[in-house]
Amino acid sequence: MKISATVTLKKEVLDPQGKVVSQTLKNMGYDSIVNVRQGKYFDIELNENDKEKAKKIAEEICKKLLTNVVIEDYTIDLK
Amino acid sequence: MKSSVIVFPGSNCDRDVAVALEKFQIKNQMVWHDEINLPKSDLVVLPGGFSYGDYLRTGCIASKSRIINDVIKHAKNGGLVLGICNGFQILIETGLLSGVLLRNKKLRFLSKNVFLKVINVDNKFCLNYKKKDIIELPIAHNEGNYFASKEQIKKLEDKNLVAFKYCSEKGNINKSTNPNGSSNNIAGILNDQKNILGIMPHPERLIDPLLAGEDGSLMFKSLIKSL
Amino acid sequence: MKITPEIIDKHGIKPEEYKKIISLIEKKPNLLELGIFSAMWNEHCSYKSSKKYLKTLPTKNKKVIQGPGENAGVIDIEDNDAIVFKIESHNHPSFIEPYQGAATGVGGILRDVFTMGARPIATLNSIHFGSHEHPKTKNLLNGVVSGIGGYGNCMGIPTVGGEVKFDSSYNENILVNAMAVGLVKKNKIFYSKAKGTDQPVIYVGSKTGRDGIHGASMASAEFDKNAEAKKPTVQVGDPFTEKLLLEACLELMKDDSIISIQDMGAAGLTSSSVEMASKGNLGIEINLNKIPCREDKMTPYEMMLSESQERMLLILNSEKVENAKKIFIKWGLDFSVIGKTTNTKNLVLNFDGEEVANLPVNSLSNNVPIYDRKWKKNVTSIKKNLQIDFKSFKILESLKKILMSPNNAEKSWVWEQYDHTVMGDTIQKPGGDSAVIRIHGKNKGIAITVDSSAHYCLANPVAGGKQIVSEAWRNLISVGASPIAITNCLNFGNPEKDKIMGQFVECIDGISQACTYLDFPVVSGNVSFYNETQNKAILPTPTIGGVGLLKNLNTMMTKNIKEVGSYILVIGKTLGHLHQSEFLIEVVGIKDGPPPEVNLFNEKNNGLLVQALISKKLLNSVHDISSGGILIALSEMCISGNIGAKIKIPNDKIRPHEYLFGEDQSRYLIEVNEKNKNEVYKILEKNSIFYEMLGKTQKDSLVLDKEFNIKLNNLNKLNSFWFRNYFKEN
Repeated sequence: MKISATVTLKKEVLDPQGKVVSQTLKNMGYDSIVNVRQGKYFDIELNENDKEKAKKIAEEICKKLLTNVVIEDYTIDLK
Repeated sequence: MKSSVIVFPGSNCDRDVAVALEKFQIKNQMVWHDEINLPKSDLVVLPGGFSYGDYLRTGCIASKSRIINDVIKHAKNGGLVLGICNGFQILIETGLLSGVLLRNKKLRFLSKNVFLKVINVDNKFCLNYKKKDIIELPIAHNEGNYFASKEQIKKLEDKNLVAFKYCSEKGNINKSTNPNGSSNNIAGILNDQKNILGIMPHPERLIDPLLAGEDGSLMFKSLIKSL
Repeated sequence: MKITPEIIDKHGIKPEEYKKIISLIEKKPNLLELGIFSAMWNEHCSYKSSKKYLKTLPTKNKKVIQGPGENAGVIDIEDNDAIVFKIESHNHPSFIEPYQGAATGVGGILRDVFTMGARPIATLNSIHFGSHEHPKTKNLLNGVVSGIGGYGNCMGIPTVGGEVKFDSSYNENILVNAMAVGLVKKNKIFYSKAKGTDQPVIYVGSKTGRDGIHGASMASAEFDKNAEAKKPTVQVGDPFTEKLLLEACLELMKDDSIISIQDMGAAGLTSSSVEMASKGNLGIEINLNKIPCREDKMTPYEMMLSESQERMLLILNSEKVENAKKIFIKWGLDFSVIGKTTNTKNLVLNFDGEEVANLPVNSLSNNVPIYDRKWKKNVTSIKKNLQIDFKSFKILESLKKILMSPNNAEKSWVWEQYDHTVMGDTIQKPGGDSAVIRIHGKNKGIAITVDSSAHYCLANPVAGGKQIVSEAWRNLISVGASPIAITNCLNFGNPEKDKIMGQFVECIDGISQACTYLDFPVVSGNVSFYNETQNKAILPTPTIGGVGLLKNLNTMMTKNIKEVGSYILVIGKTLGHLHQSEFLIEVVGIKDGPPPEVNLFNEKNNGLLVQALISKKLLNSVHDISSGGILIALSEMCISGNIGAKIKIPNDKIRPHEYLFGEDQSRYLIEVNEKNKNEVYKILEKNSIFYEMLGKTQKDSLVLDKEFNIKLNNLNKLNSFWFRNYFKEN
């Protein structure tokens, strides 16, 4: 089973990287850019066929390792 | 000899390299990244630091600066370009040098003195280093792990474009003397025309007996000698 | 909104304090005003529990230009040069999010220094963690070190010294104390005192978000239509923006545009605006619609209490505003005229055309209550005769155990993560008695050290306070510097408990005594209280950051042994004090007993004598004797110089363990070569300084006559084992 997890900074936490990327894009001429937030993407392959079990494992590893729960959120997608 | 040191938002070693250039009587100007035109220069230096905080990818955003066009022109015309640490990362992002600089193998910032073997003295930066000379310079980086495809690395080695390799005090080049996991212990490389040098260690930090070393001076002396 | 007793309580304001507020402002505060009081009257901003005692510290000497009361302290180092320095804590945030807590701690202290016009030239830090066996310690240690490096390296300021300590009392309350040092011209120092009415007040730096707004988030009392209750947000540091802010400020400071400047640290816009106005005895009026905001629909409450980082408040000469704006825009920073100074002596806030707060500045600053908290004198355990079988503790095995312990292990694992050579002026790197930084372009330098002795302070706070100042003084002397002044970070538990308050009062007494005697005053610092969880307080931990001057770098001294065949002498008398020593704690396991006493007369005499010997170029190497005693100090000198020694204990009146591991104070190890030996003896005897011959240096190994012989290679391997093993990087 393949699962993807996306980790992003919580809504009101400062994102210095996103801020600089956004400004650079505007400097490069992309006037329509309003805001950019930078996150991380994980491709996780599991030896588990049961969708529910796989989702549970993914949730657990997101909370325990992939995400800094103090300042980040995560979303999970089953492929 | 005239030099220009490019200053990006977040550059830190611009003053350090300016001090070194002036110490060896190279007439230097500091050039802001947003200028369109480069002043007449024999040598352009991209200094170390954290341009744009190293955000997105190290050196990436700096490589899109306005001044870079003129730096590329200068390089294509055979002018000398020296990229130190973050400067090396910027040169790679512009495409003037090949390969990529990844996170150090141990995933930690590393600030220490290392030994380097000078592999290629046949260029204007290294004239003063006798061939196979072993020198000591400080490194201070988190992304110094040079990586390229097997073919690219073979090309570099075959064309003798590797300038420096990490080694032991006695000159042994192997895994244990490699501080960051760089392919083939590569610490610095040249372009085909040998007028562009990118290195991770900081020669500008060892130009003074009080700093317990002068191996960096030899590079600046080479540059003066070459012109 | 109705102010209920619960809301007052959630703001950390006691009922008596609330009554005092009402009497001071002659009305009931609204929610915003209550929030402002909660920020200005809390311990961190007001020093209400500590002020009474801080006032007793000596703060002046001939070289002090600015003592406590400004953003940082300033000392004169001759030739129109001055050094600006301070140490500050960021303990609680670092426990919650170690990387960002430590990073923003570094960011905050750097701003305190460059806000005075000084380019930061070095940072140091003192970090304390719980037991290495505690499940949280590894992550905390890793996060804090990464955070300090991540911020300092990006700023391009060398991190050149520090200490790392472990003790189970810090299990749930780690300490992160960050120190910054900057260089400024004496005639170009900037202060935070507001001057003149109708002068523009300007906000520069990063936009304001909801960072750091805590306490049941009173902001959540004001939901917007898409009501997601606003949760407290951890402060994230952006060192890139701070680097831009540093360069922009220093560029603006080249002329006289700035009347006053203050960074926005704890309590953000509230504390900076109040402090500037209060110092200038003026009022300040702010239009909150002009605050650059990073989030939508921020309320006045949120804007005033936000702790978003990398922001400064300036008062400029009105004709210079346009030019200043150009500089900040060039560096990509926000620049907004948000208000003006007034003669009302009130803090007036306007939002959407309405006045939303109006408070007398004095009520928030000068009239904050100062408490005289109850305190209990500490009971020191008496020195008992040690009932231990010394023979069962072999000297070599004891030495090895101490060198391999986390508190005494070599720490390059930590400081190799800090860029310590950027700026090209680091003359003595981490690992020595003090760091030495060259004054750019000149041949003089400053020595800097940071130290603490928490277990001594627990055993006897007065003696501990004296000791830690003396040790800092000794560390500066050891590199050839003349000590000038200190900054202190006082980390303690809950001051509302009389035992803890007693530790605080008595440590200050000890610190005061040593500072006065050694002419080594306190020019800046901070207090961190409430470092305790579930009634378990940290060890009383005053951290001292000392600075000294090296007029000529050619006389700088280091501790690594230089020659084979030279002599090792001990300066100062060894009585063999083992209580609270590394030997007794690490090897034997006895933790009680009094700490060693400092005899300030001997401390000063011995130090000045060593200083004179160094300046006369009569010595090869010097190392002060502290944690671990003579044998540890000697091992360190041998390992760092890669030259050994053969020694014999010159005192048969005390036990060998007492001589080798005793932690008596005021002592140094010096290496003198054959040529200078007689001259050195002459000077020591002329000045009646007690000294003993310990042995001679030799190749390859450390030998204690008739006891052990160990190769330096082995000693080195043992001493550098712990950290790399802890993180499995061997």
